[in-house]
Amino acid sequence: MSTFSASESGLGTSRRPLSLRAAARRSDEGRLARRVAAGLAAGATWAAFGASCLWWDDLGDWSRTQALAIGAFVVAAAVVIAAAAWPPGRGGDQITRRLPWLTLLGAVLAVWELATAKFGWAPLPFFPPPQAILEVYTDDMPKLAASVLASVKLQLGGYAIGAAAGFLTGVAIGCSRAVGYWVHPVLRFIGPLPATAWLPIAFFVFPSSLSASTFLIALATGFPVTVLTWSGVASVSPAYHDVARTLGASRWFLITRVAIPGALPHVFVGLFMGLGASFAVLVVAEMIGVKAGLGWYLQWAQGWAAYANMYAALIVMSLLCSGAITLLFKTRDRLLVWQKGVVRW
Amino acid sequence: MVAAAAALAPRVVGGAALEVDRVSHAFDIDGQLLPVLNNVSFTVAPGEFVALLGPSGCGKSTLLRLVAGLEPPRAGSLSEDGVPITRPYPSRVVVFQDPTLFPWRTVWQNVALGLQAQGILKRERARVDAALDLVGLAKFRNAYPHQLSGGMAQRVALARALVNDPRILVLDEPLGKLDSLTRIAMQTEILSLWQRSGFTSLLVTHDVEEAVFLATRIIVFSDRPATIKAEIEVDRPYPRHRGDPALAELRHRILGLLGADATW
Repeated sequence: MSTFSASESGLGTSRRPLSLRAAARRSDEGRLARRVAAGLAAGATWAAFGASCLWWDDLGDWSRTQALAIGAFVVAAAVVIAAAAWPPGRGGDQITRRLPWLTLLGAVLAVWELATAKFGWAPLPFFPPPQAILEVYTDDMPKLAASVLASVKLQLGGYAIGAAAGFLTGVAIGCSRAVGYWVHPVLRFIGPLPATAWLPIAFFVFPSSLSASTFLIALATGFPVTVLTWSGVASVSPAYHDVARTLGASRWFLITRVAIPGALPHVFVGLFMGLGASFAVLVVAEMIGVKAGLGWYLQWAQGWAAYANMYAALIVMSLLCSGAITLLFKTRDRLLVWQKGVVRW
Repeated sequence: MVAAAAALAPRVVGGAALEVDRVSHAFDIDGQLLPVLNNVSFTVAPGEFVALLGPSGCGKSTLLRLVAGLEPPRAGSLSEDGVPITRPYPSRVVVFQDPTLFPWRTVWQNVALGLQAQGILKRERARVDAALDLVGLAKFRNAYPHQLSGGMAQRVALARALVNDPRILVLDEPLGKLDSLTRIAMQTEILSLWQRSGFTSLLVTHDVEEAVFLATRIIVFSDRPATIKAEIEVDRPYPRHRGDPALAELRHRILGLLGADATW
């Protein structure tokens, strides 16, 4: 009983028998040795990347080759030091888990460097080397930052409006037969239409391209959120309603304390789908109508055949979209702690 | 437990009388009427513990839904202390076969549900703690339902009902899905809660032994559509003993009424 409870409560380390403690120390040492080896491998590929920048001359005229090489060496050194010196524990395990990916990343960057800047195996204007992209981040930062800001603003506004409207509509359809009667056919007729199909109309109906894009993003977000919220409300077991009613619940209580919490897992699926749909609309709207944002930046870069700028903007865009989804999933994990076995993003 | 009982003691309101008067009910299944209750009449005196026994699917649980006010009967009427039952009201609380705890609420929040729904939770928080003490789950107040065993979940459901000080406690096979040891422990628990608080109890069960052990009166129903086949007083004092030959005799008689005494 005592060993059982000790190991369960996680307080067991101090009470472990000696032989077990020795074994644990041996396994800790083994883990550290493996981590250092993996760290050296990752450091090696990053050092190779840095060396590949300096060893041969560039085919083109890029100003950031040396800075890139220094950066690569710094990463290599940092990785080796962290792998060797980080104390064992959760942080150490996290590092160990990421080292193989870091190793591969260093190798890919080195190959990319050789294939573009040094030997030109990949045709040049279309496949810029890493230092060209670094150059965009250092030299074109104001324009890129302004684009990011414009995109985030547009996306946030449209998504918030669409999510709120979709949630309220979904709850209303789920809770009221009358609302369902009138809204459901409209939803079936308009919902499946891709939001981008409204683009031409939206841009002359709305007073500004910004409001038109906000509307389209809200539309793309709202449809999945509405449908999933509705199905979530419908999926709440009638037994919960019965229990609440026998305890004296009003209709308002049944909606806010039974239907909505029960529907939340579905709502988050809808919010996730809506987020994906809204990214697509955002980029298209910026490419066609709005004169700002990352989509516009991409379009502009293509017009000037500035391919390095395109890749730089794509990388930023991917980080932003991934960050938004991470934020959504973190919010969900917080709100739905009561659920078992949720997917980790 | 003693302290918790003391906390509950001043709020003992006693049981209410229940009258079921010529109630008939039917389900509408794809346009076809399926009769489930046929002209059922009985009364329950305040503080009585009445068990309803009958074959599976005979309409006992439907009767409980009518008592709770979740549905109106197609014919006849029900009343609590002479007042017709037209809608659910927290003086008549149901404990269902499944605990149906809200998975997104902690144990404490589940027990607080009724007080919150009635808008009196802020004043009456202590009652939630007392109810949790009463069923012995004070330590689990912050647990979520999926972390509880079946018996613990059903005890939370019981606390969620009792915190409203019901005058009629409606028990719809509340112990049906529990293992036999937990069931025996909870039968004793329900009995002591009933004796302490004095509410009227209406229990649907399949377990003849449970009915005989708990109830002051047993009503036996026929097959669907249910009519009353027999009413049996259980004239034995509490605490009862499960091995009491008088109870065993009674059990035999009831099993005979249900047509299941062949192997006994």
